[in-house]
Amino acid sequence: MPSHERPLSPHLQIYRWQLTSVLSILHRATGVALAVGTLLLVYWLVAAASGPESFATSQELIGSVVGRILLLGWTWALFYHLCNGVRHLFWDAGRGFELKTAYASGWTVVGASFLLTLIAWIAGYAVRGGA
Amino acid sequence: MNGAGRVLRTELGRVRGLGSAKEGVQHWWMQRVTAIALIPLLLWFVIAIVAHTGQDYAAVHAWLASPVTLGLMILLVGAVFEHAQLGLQVVIEDYVHSEWLKIAAVLGVKLASLVLGLAAVVALAVIAFGH
Repeated sequence: MPSHERPLSPHLQIYRWQLTSVLSILHRATGVALAVGTLLLVYWLVAAASGPESFATSQELIGSVVGRILLLGWTWALFYHLCNGVRHLFWDAGRGFELKTAYASGWTVVGASFLLTLIAWIAGYAVRGGA
Repeated sequence: MNGAGRVLRTELGRVRGLGSAKEGVQHWWMQRVTAIALIPLLLWFVIAIVAHTGQDYAAVHAWLASPVTLGLMILLVGAVFEHAQLGLQVVIEDYVHSEWLKIAAVLGVKLASLVLGLAAVVALAVIAFGH
């Protein structure tokens, strides 16, 4: 720890927002959000193990408006983190570092995350049969 | 001077893969191993959850109690919590600068991951073997 505050230079606000850095920050943010989301998964499993009443309560909570909005957010976070994680694995293998490739893979991840979220939710409502 | 031939690390240290953190690449490697494992596991999980959307207690219980689901869910839970605690540790180490707070937060995350992971596995076991 520094004994007194020193100026940061250049400060973060100086930099222009760009896709690559935004996606990098989003990877962390979605990772943290998904870690929080594991609470819901564990709650749901414990509810299912505890009997029909507690399971019904969990289904009601998850099926509520707030529950669905949270689940929609977690669905997107999951697909984003999954797709961008694959992008990271390619980087780990030493591929895709060229600026053009990094931008193309970045936009692909953004598109795929929204598309997969849409498909999963349309399929969910189709299985459920209406609202 | 390019540093060639001036290796400051001992041969034994290199063989054991130990750097200054005394753990080599274990953290980095396990994050990748769990990431790769989670790609098929999460795709299966999302498809399965979508397929069981809106089903009642008996149907969800029967699905969770089947041997294939039980096995895949235990693998999923294990990989999820290992991956999550490794990732959260990096985030904490990057942003928490007070040494004591950092150690407490990392230990808290590891404890919470262990407890939540165990709770999920116990719940799955109760569903499969209880009642």
